[in-house]
Amino acid sequence: MLCQICHQRQANVHVTKVTNNVRTELHMCQQCARERGELQIFEGPKFALSDILAGLVQTETSCGAPMGINVGGRRTCNTCGLDYSEFMNTGFLGCSNCYSQFQPILSPLIGRIHGHTRHTGKAPRRAGKAVRARQELEGLRSTLRQLIQAEEYEKAALVRDRIREMERVAHQDQLQAESAGGSGAEVAGSDTTLCTDDSEKRQEQPGTQPGTQPGTGSDASEGR
Amino acid sequence: MASRKCGGHDSALWMNADGPESGVVVSSRVRLARNLQAVPFPHRASADQLASVLGRVKGAIAATPSIGPTELFDLPDLSATDRQLMVEEHLTSPQHVQEPANRAVVLNRDRSVSIMVNEEDHIRIQAILPGLQLDEALRLASATDDAIEETIDYAFDEELGYLCACPTNVGTGLRASTMLHLPALGMVNMLGQVLGAVSKVGVTVRGIYGEGTDAVGNLFQVSNQVTMGRADEEIVAHLKAVTKQITDSEKNARSAIVSDAKEQLEDRVYRSYGVLSNARMTASDEALRLLSDVKLGADLGIIPGLLPSAITRLTVEMMPAHVQSYVGKELTAWERDSNRAALIRSRLAADREES
Ligand SMILES: [Zn+2]
Ligand SMILES: [Zn+2]
Repeated sequence: MLCQICHQRQANVHVTKVTNNVRTELHMCQQCARERGELQIFEGPKFALSDILAGLVQTETSCGAPMGINVGGRRTCNTCGLDYSEFMNTGFLGCSNCYSQFQPILSPLIGRIHGHTRHTGKAPRRAGKAVRARQELEGLRSTLRQLIQAEEYEKAALVRDRIREMERVAHQDQLQAESAGGSGAEVAGSDTTLCTDDSEKRQEQPGTQPGTQPGTGSDASEGR
Repeated sequence: MASRKCGGHDSALWMNADGPESGVVVSSRVRLARNLQAVPFPHRASADQLASVLGRVKGAIAATPSIGPTELFDLPDLSATDRQLMVEEHLTSPQHVQEPANRAVVLNRDRSVSIMVNEEDHIRIQAILPGLQLDEALRLASATDDAIEETIDYAFDEELGYLCACPTNVGTGLRASTMLHLPALGMVNMLGQVLGAVSKVGVTVRGIYGEGTDAVGNLFQVSNQVTMGRADEEIVAHLKAVTKQITDSEKNARSAIVSDAKEQLEDRVYRSYGVLSNARMTASDEALRLLSDVKLGADLGIIPGLLPSAITRLTVEMMPAHVQSYVGKELTAWERDSNRAALIRSRLAADREES
C-alpha cells in the first residue's frame, strides 16, 4: 500500500481515528507520519531499553572503546546471580547491587535514558544523610554568594560559619568511616560522559496505566 | 466530596469529586518507586523473601502512626473480581494482581494513597487525586514515603538515588502523570499538533483505554520521561506546566467550537446522550466514546445538571469487573454489555434528578 499523503513511499504507519463516531483509517509512510507528528506520540509502549543497549554496544565496537559487556565488567551479579544477558533481554536488574556490579555498562545507559547520571532529588533521612548534607551545603553556598552580592556581610558571615561547621562535621564523619575499615561503597557513574539525546525511553510500565489491562472477561471489546 | 459506594465498596476519591480543571484534567497521579536494601527485586526474589518484604512493610505501617488510618488487602484473600476492581480504579496495576501470592495493597481512608507491595519494585507509593493537583499528590506520596522510611532502609545510592528494578525509574523513582480528556482538540484536528509539540519537551503522551494508536474516549495520559537529575518538585512543576498548556489549547478549541458550530456540537452531545440513555446493550469502548461526548456536554453546560465527576465515575463503573460486582455474579460478555447499558441508564437518570 502506498502512503496516502505523499503517494510515493510504502505506507507502514496505520492510524485509526474515531471522529463523530466514524472510524477513519490513515495509512502513511514513516516520514509523513513523523512530519504530521503522528508517529512520535503513538509509537506505543514498546520497550526501548534493548534498543538503547544495542545502540551502545554498536557504538563501542565501531569506535573500538575497550568497554562493554564482558570487558572490564562482570557477567553476573555476585549478589543476586543475575546474568548480564538476562538484563539485556528483560530490562530488569536483579537487585540493588546490580547497579554497582554492572556499573561500566549501566552508567552510559542511564546517561542515555535520563540525560544525567547523578541524582539530585529527594534522599531518605538515614541512607541519604550524605546527600542531604551535600544538598544543604550547595544551598548554603548559593545563599552566601547572593548575600555577598547584596553586600549583606553580617548575614553572610553567619552563613559562612554554618558552612564551615557542616564541612567540619562531614570531614569527621569521613574519617570515622575510613577508620571503621570500609572505604565506602563503590560509587557508580561519576566519570561517564553525559549523553543528552532524548532517545526513546521505556514508557511507564503498563502496570500503572490503565492502557493495557487485560480485563476480567474474554471479550476483546472491553477497552482496557 | 462524599465518597460513593461503588459495587459495594467505597470508591476512590479521584473518581468521586471534582478538582481544579476537572473539565479537562480527569486526575493527577504521582508514584514513587522504592526498594528495600539487600533484598532482590520482586521478580527475582524467592517466596520467602517476598513474604519477608511484605511483613516488614506491614510492620512499618503499623509502627508509624503518622501514616494515618489504612486498610491492608492481601491479594490472595481477594476474589479475582475484587482484585480487578482495584485495577479498574487505578489503585494498583494489572501486573500486580497477576500473581497475588505475597502481594498486598494498602489504601488510606479516601483511597487517595495506595501502597503496592511487591509490584515491579518492593514498594510503590501512589497518590491519585481528582483534577489538576500534582503538587498535592506529590506531598501526599512523599509524606507516606517519609513515614515508611522511618522504619525501613531503602536501597539508595548517593550518586544514583533510589535504586529500582528498571533503570528507567532510578533516581527519584518518581513518575507523575495527568489523565486528560481532549475531545475538542480532536474535533478541530489539532490533537497531533498539540501533543506532538509537548512530546518534544520531555513528557510522554499516550492514548489510554485503547491499544496502539486508538485513543478511545479521547483520554490521554501525560507523564514525565526522566527520573534522574532533577528534584522531585521540578519534575512535577514541569509536568504541571505542560498539562496547563494542553488544557488551555483544549479550552480554546472548545470555545471555537461553541462559537462556530454550537448546533452541531449540541446535536452530537445529545445524540450520544440519547443512545446512552436508551441503549439496551453497549460494549465498553462504545460506551467510553459516547461518555466522552456526554462529558463534554456536561463541562460546557449543554446538558445541565451533570457533574464531570459523575461521568468520570461512570467510566469506571461500567468497566467489566465493576459491572460484574454491581450485578453480583459472573457474567458472560453479552450479559455484561446488557447490564452495562442498564447501569448507565440508571446512573444518568439518577444524576440528573439529583441536581
Ligand atoms: Zn508519505
Ligand atoms: Zn544483583
